[in-house]
Order: sequence, then C-alpha cells, then structure tokens
Amino acid sequence: MKGNEAIAEAAIRAGAEGYFCYPITPQSEVAEYLTKRMPEVGGVFLQGESEVAVGNMLFGAASTGKRVFTTSSSPGISLMQESISYMAGAHLPAVLVNIMRGGPGLGGILPAQSDYFQAVKGGGHGDYRLLVLAPSTVQEAVDLMMLSFDLADKYRNPVMMIGDGMIGQMMEAVEFPEEKEIKRNNPDESDWAVNGAKDRKPRIIKSLFLDPHQLEDNSWLLDDKYEQMKREEVRYELYKVNAKNKLLIVSYGTMARICQTVIDELESEGISVGLFRPITLYPYPMKELKKEAVKKNIKTVLTVEMSTAQMLEDVERSILGKKQIEFFGRTGGIVPTPDEVKSKVLELIKPKKKAKTSEKKKRGKNVK
Amino acid sequence: MSSNSNVIFSRPEAMHDTVTHYCPGCTHGIIHRLVAEALDELGVRDKAVGVAPVGCSVLIYNYINCDFMEAPHGRAPALATGFKRMRPDMTVFTYQGDGDLASIGMGEIVHAANRGEKFTTIFVNNAIYGMTGGQMAPTTMPQQITTTSPKGRDVSQVGYPIRMAEILSALVTPSYIERVAVHTPQHILKAKKAIYKAFKYQVEGRCYSMVEVLSTCPTNWGYTPQEATKWLADNMVPYYELKCFKDPEKTEGF
Ligand SMILES: Cc1ncc(C[n+]2csc(CCOP(=O)(O)OP(=O)(O)O)c2C)c(N)n1
Ligand code: SF4
Repeated sequence: MKGNEAIAEAAIRAGAEGYFCYPITPQSEVAEYLTKRMPEVGGVFLQGESEVAVGNMLFGAASTGKRVFTTSSSPGISLMQESISYMAGAHLPAVLVNIMRGGPGLGGILPAQSDYFQAVKGGGHGDYRLLVLAPSTVQEAVDLMMLSFDLADKYRNPVMMIGDGMIGQMMEAVEFPEEKEIKRNNPDESDWAVNGAKDRKPRIIKSLFLDPHQLEDNSWLLDDKYEQMKREEVRYELYKVNAKNKLLIVSYGTMARICQTVIDELESEGISVGLFRPITLYPYPMKELKKEAVKKNIKTVLTVEMSTAQMLEDVERSILGKKQIEFFGRTGGIVPTPDEVKSKVLELIKPKKKAKTSEKKKRGKNVK
Repeated sequence: MSSNSNVIFSRPEAMHDTVTHYCPGCTHGIIHRLVAEALDELGVRDKAVGVAPVGCSVLIYNYINCDFMEAPHGRAPALATGFKRMRPDMTVFTYQGDGDLASIGMGEIVHAANRGEKFTTIFVNNAIYGMTGGQMAPTTMPQQITTTSPKGRDVSQVGYPIRMAEILSALVTPSYIERVAVHTPQHILKAKKAIYKAFKYQVEGRCYSMVEVLSTCPTNWGYTPQEATKWLADNMVPYYELKCFKDPEKTEGF
C-alpha cells in the first residue's frame, strides 16, 4: 500500500469520523482516498477553502469529542498554526499529519525534514507543545497514526505525525490490526465536549483568559500534560547498538532507514556503528540518548537529517557537551545517498581519509 | 409575584441573569436578547452551540445560556462548519462583528455560505472596530472619522464600505440573507422576526442563514446613545438597505 493511503486507512481504523483537507503535494492521495472511504464508514470528508479554514474546521469538529484529523504538507501546516495554538490552549484532541517537503517559502515538492522546529518547538504562539511522532516505515506510519488518536484523547492535546515525502509515496506491505468493530468516541459520554447544555451548565471551549492568573494557571495545566508526556510517552529505537560501536548515528524518519543501510554496509566491512532513532520528537528521548551516547566506546555522535540541522539542537541538549557531536545533512528535497552518509562516517572514524572536495564540505556541513 | 399576575416580559431562559460589559447605549445587548428569544421559541437552547468571535462580543458566552466555542478572529464560520458537519443534529450559530466577518474572516464567511453550511450567522455591523478602540473597518462609512482614518474614510484610498448582505446573496447557493437594524423598537421587532426565521430555516435543515444587524457603537463613534441611533438612521440605513435579500422560499430549486 502507498504510504499516504495507508495513513488514511489507519485513521479510519482508529475510529476517525472527520477529515478536513486542502490539496497539496506530496500528500493529496490521502484526500483522494478518503473522499471515497469516509462516506463508507459514515464519516465526514470536507475539502476546505484554505489551510487556515481547514485548521479551524478541525477546531470546531474536535469540539464535538469525536476523532478528527487533517493531513497537509509544509506550507499548509504553516497556515494551520493559528488553529493549532488555539486547540492546544483550549485542550482539544486532534491529529495532524505533515508530509514534509522542502522549504522555506514555496520551496519544492520533494522530501525534507525541515519542519522539525515548527513541529517540535511550537510553530504557533503561546506556551504549548504538540506531541510529535515520526515514523520510518509505512507500517510504522500506520501504527503511529492509530496511536496518535489515542494520545490526542489521552492528553486532550493536538498530536502531529511528521513524515517526509518518501513515507507518503513509498509502497510497502502493511498490516492493519485485526478488523474488529471500529471503536469510536461517544460524544454523549464526554465530560468536556460541547454537545448541548441539557440538564447541565453550558460548556465553553475557549483559550481566552483575560485574568493573567487564570491564563497562567491554564499554561501550567498545559505544562503538567507535557511533563506527563515526558514520563510516559518517550519512544525510540536502537539499531545495532552495542559495545563495539565507535560511532552513534542519531536520525529519524526515513532518513534513519538510509542510515541503517549504511550501518549494514559498514558492518560487513568490519566497522561497527549504531543508530539511535527517536520515534517521539516531542517528548524527545533525551535521557535515553544521553545514556547511549556517553558510553565509553562511542567517540562521536553523528546527527543525520534532511535539513540544515534542526534536530541537532535536541541532540546537543541531550548530550550536553559530553561527546563530540557532528552533523551531516542534505536539504531542499535532496535525499542523502547511503554513500554520502558512509563517507561522512568514515571521515569521522578515520580522519586521515577525509574526502576533500569543497563541494562536499558545503553540502555535508560540519557543524562543530 | 401573586398567582393571578400575568408575566408579559421576562428574561429569556437562554439568557444568563447577569449584567453585560457593553458600553451604555451599545446595541450588542439587544441583539443578544433576540438570539436568546429565538433559541427559546424554537426550543433548541439545549441543542445549541454558539461560536463567539473576537471583538466586543467575545464574552457572549457569559450572557447567552448555551454551549459555546470561542474562535480565532474571523474563523467562526470555519469552526461552525467543522462542528455542524460532525453534529448535524445540533443548532449552530456564529455571532460576528464587521472586522471579524468582513475583514479578516472574509474568506471563511463567503465559502461557508457558498457551501450552504446549515448554520446561522448573526453579523453585527457597527461600522467600526469596537474592541480595539475605534479603528476603521471595511464597513466604515465614507468620511467617517475613526482612529485610523482621522480625516474621515477616504474612498479614493481605501474603497467603499463593503455590503456583506449583498455579497453573500449574490452567491448562487440557496440561503436566507436579510439586513435589519436595532435603533428603534419597530426595527427591533423586524430584527427579531428575521433572526427567528434564520434559526428556523436552520432547524428545518434548509439552508445557510445570515442576518446582518446594523448596530451602534456610541463609544467609538463619539456620540451619546441617542445621537448614535440617529447617526445610524441618517448615515448607515441609506447605504445599507434594510431588506430581505434572499429567501429559500423564493430561490429554492435553482
Ligand atoms: C489575528 C488577530 N488580529 C487582530 C486581533 C485584534 N482584534 C481584536 S478585536 C478586533 C476587531 C473587532 O472588531 P469587530 O469585529 O468590528 O467587532 P466589535 O468589537 O466592533 O464588536 C481586532 C482587530 C486579534 N485578536 N487577532
Ligand atoms: S466599544 Fe462599541 S461595540 Fe464595543 S461595547 Fe462599547 S459601544 Fe459596544
């Protein structure tokens, strides 16, 4: 199944009842799939007039207590930041998927990971965070998509799944959890959704608190949720991490898969490298990464991204100067080849054999 | 109250028993009451969800006794769309000022009306940005003095006031669009009928409905409440024609 379609079907299986969208490459297949599939399960499909409107339709739809979501790509996600901030402030669950393309601006339509900051550090205004998940295979996109809805409900906070264009376009075999009856949220059982003030006081879904003490309270309430996420939701995966590793790669999403290929090749040449792959980008697996990175056998930590270094800041934050940290990245829609990553690793492990073309240096920029 | 006395005027059930924050002579409060009466008369208060705007009426949820969502500036029609699509069984309305609806929210209102979303919009046109301190709105009258048009609205630079009822009724999609005013008791009665009808059409699942209500802002216009009603009658009414622009009774089947 194609990644974008698998994501769409996963949402249906997770009990999503509303999908709002605006066309943008490289994820338009989600909408094309759901325009047929949503009515089959009695759900709502609606193409809005802009991502500004779509984000706010999601806001209204989320207020019903039912499971709702949208998918878009970088420029569209930028336009949704207003509604994301409002939904976070109003404690609303919603799922957003960003199939990232190269930016800034109109950028390009090819895969990139350059919206890391936007997703993880908050692209909208105010003291809020999103729970951010990053799949590296189509199967994982399915699993995380379904998990996103549970986490959005658990925390009453927007959850964002970010993948690059490759995840969306890739064809891979996927398995969906066994087809039982799809479980859906019952708005009448909700103790917060707006469903009519019958025999109770009116409920107000809002983020306005004119009294600064109340606004501060709301912000700390949000912060409590983010602290709980840090305790309960950190997810990551280790690949060939062992005591022989000389170097630890940190990479996420499909970029991490390319790194796995590199690690396999190097292994066959007798060079041991491990991979630390964060699955939750917020909360970031800081302690877990530090634990692996500070091990004696690790000389260098190499962060590999399809951006000009964004996650690198979280890697640095995790390791706090306890190890040498290097960076390799390509961006603008260019996916690093395994060979490029490999020569960077070799350059770091055997410094004398450094590749020396200036061109390469520019592209695979050394940060430290 | 003795048992043989007749109640001829009381607070609608859909209205909280509280004092509003509106300035003396502001007609937002009258319009709130008309909305509450319509909800009561149609018996939909406990199935109603209002969408509050950003503007002086942002605190409408403190006055009208039903569930509410509070939207970003101008986006109330998008929230109402998302909500109503998920819960077609409920009665949804947006309450928006002219900066909210005719400026920043122009895209959302036009597309919601064009899709024929089954909710109701109460559009309060007071020809100014009230909440932010009297700046020029898209609906500000030619030559009208505001804090951002201190020499009066110069139509050669910023164009003429936008007539929203005319714009929305030009859409082909069936809808109910009427413009009313609330500066005299007679006009209030007409406004009440229009607001009731707008909600009734929604409850019947018929169409999108919008009532534009010409309203006063004595504070930012710089008039007494009485002068403000006169200014509205003399300046706004001739430009903003009071009438029903579109009614599904007449246009359905197009
Ligand atoms: C995105 C955004 N821009 C600007 C504002 C500031 N703002 C608050 S109310 C308002 C204008 C409200 O005027 P109007 O809609 O005419 O309503 P009134 O206050 O006159 O009832 C503005 C510009 C805001 N809250 N959000
Ligand atoms: S500023 Fe104007 S619109 Fe706002 S409450 Fe006062 S009179 Fe009414």
